[in-house]
Amino acid sequence: MKYKSQKVAYWFFALSMLLFGLQIIYGFIMGFAHAGFDGLHSAIPFNTARAVHTNLLVVWLLSGFMGAAYYIIPEEAQRELVSVKLAYVQLISLAVVGVIAIVGYHFNYWEGRKFLEIPRPLDYLVVVNVLLFLGIILTTLFKGKRRTTTALVLSMGLLFAALLYLPGMLPFDSQVKDSFFRWWVVHLWVEGVWELIMGGILSFLLIKLTGVDREVIEKWLYVIVGLTFLSGVLGTGHHYYYIGVNKIWLIVGGIFSALEPLAFLAMALFAVNMYRKGEKKHPNKLALYWTLGAAIVSFIGAGLLGFAHTLPQTNLYTHGTLVTAMHGHLAFWGAYAMIVLAIISYSLPNMTGRKLYESTRGRMAFWMSNIGMIGMTVAFGVAGVVQVYLERKLKMEFMEVQKEIEVHFMVLIICATLFLLGITLYMIDFYKHGRPTDEALEASSN
Amino acid sequence: MLSKKQARAFFLGGTVVTFLIFIGLTIYSFSKAQDQSNDGNITEAVVRGKQIWEENNCMGCHTILGEGAYYAPELTKVIERRGEGYIKAVLMTPVDWAPNGRKMVAYGFSQEEAEDVIAFFNWIGDIDLNGFDTVVSPLAKDEN
Repeated sequence: MKYKSQKVAYWFFALSMLLFGLQIIYGFIMGFAHAGFDGLHSAIPFNTARAVHTNLLVVWLLSGFMGAAYYIIPEEAQRELVSVKLAYVQLISLAVVGVIAIVGYHFNYWEGRKFLEIPRPLDYLVVVNVLLFLGIILTTLFKGKRRTTTALVLSMGLLFAALLYLPGMLPFDSQVKDSFFRWWVVHLWVEGVWELIMGGILSFLLIKLTGVDREVIEKWLYVIVGLTFLSGVLGTGHHYYYIGVNKIWLIVGGIFSALEPLAFLAMALFAVNMYRKGEKKHPNKLALYWTLGAAIVSFIGAGLLGFAHTLPQTNLYTHGTLVTAMHGHLAFWGAYAMIVLAIISYSLPNMTGRKLYESTRGRMAFWMSNIGMIGMTVAFGVAGVVQVYLERKLKMEFMEVQKEIEVHFMVLIICATLFLLGITLYMIDFYKHGRPTDEALEASSN
Repeated sequence: MLSKKQARAFFLGGTVVTFLIFIGLTIYSFSKAQDQSNDGNITEAVVRGKQIWEENNCMGCHTILGEGAYYAPELTKVIERRGEGYIKAVLMTPVDWAPNGRKMVAYGFSQEEAEDVIAFFNWIGDIDLNGFDTVVSPLAKDEN
């Protein structure tokens, strides 16, 4: 840590951790309901658990991204944040909006549009909150001593993410149009601008951890985010095959989604190569684990497993089944959760001055959570394929099929428990680092 | 090899070109001649039905047009499959509906509300889904 204001990031990360923990709890509620144990139905019905589970994911990742930006931007721009006070105001308002939304979901206060359940009045608060955040980040960057590619890509990702929130607020009478423009938010976030954010964080971490020349890393960053947009923007078409719009999307979506794994492959190759090239041996091995892990797992989860069901011929059968949940889990884990955990692992010792980065606990956290998540993905995958075969090929009734696949959800719950243990260890590490302190300022050089 | 300047040009160029194509295709597929969504048949009841659908987050369990959660059945063509009477009973029931051991929230809708939701389902049922409906609804009479 070189600048005092970077400490603000700590509290965004702490909020992230808290919400992540809650997200996992609601995930368990859903897993048990699928396995036939829906004892909480009268208090927390499935649709409530589902809304909470997915929205918490978005909010904890956003909080992590914002923390990452507050940590990275001062260092890249070589100056303090323009206002620490406003950053705290922004943090608190983010937490308040999040809490109102999550509590509201338990009282039928929502908008039932998958992933965008936040009710309309709160949407406006989100907009104000994000504008405040962008104001702080962009002014700092503008007033800074230098404008690096890493900082620009990261800020561009955050700016576009904010702009793309708006199509989700357009009112439509037609379910088809509603769905169509909802994907402008959801798809273009996760398969577009969020990848810019991920790329920015990844390149910052690689510069710090491998010591490879910035020019080399940033050149590849452009290539990768270029590939992302080239494939991802028209790849939105894979959501449009069967929702009541023109057949042209079958071709456009099919071709461009087939290209989407390339961007992730490039990202994985890039990270591994930079690590190999690097001469500097940074002592923070855990941060390196998470960084390389994010690049590799995102290729498998988002790239390969995404491709597994985006061809129109396959998607005709898998659309709207548990196969989507299979891809979703590993994709979000690899691409976004792991990169947030990477930046936390890297920055925490710098902010607190406690260098706990060679611990068995930290390594266990990494391996247990990853193995747990891969197990969950396999459980979802098997359940999904069986569902597709029985329900859509053999034409069995939905609920008969669900009875057949209940056992896979027991496997899922076991794997999720391993995952939970891993994340708990990670959180213990987070807690053991203690609070950020100004004394860490001189103590750390990187 | 590629210089950083060329890499940036690739990024900016690729983004602008694909985005323009994306906007173009969006306008094309919503033009009147290309409409597959049976847009002209959206009545006030359909709009109210959609509102009820959203206010209760039905997508949190069910899928429609293949979109939503995977906890409860797909509802495209559900009227053809089950008939209006059955659907009405489910929507208006004051106790949790659990025909196969998986519970649905007891919404206890009024007669009008139930009819609005049915109008919404009927409108959905007439959308041309490029063949998806025949996969999810083998019982659908209309094999489009």
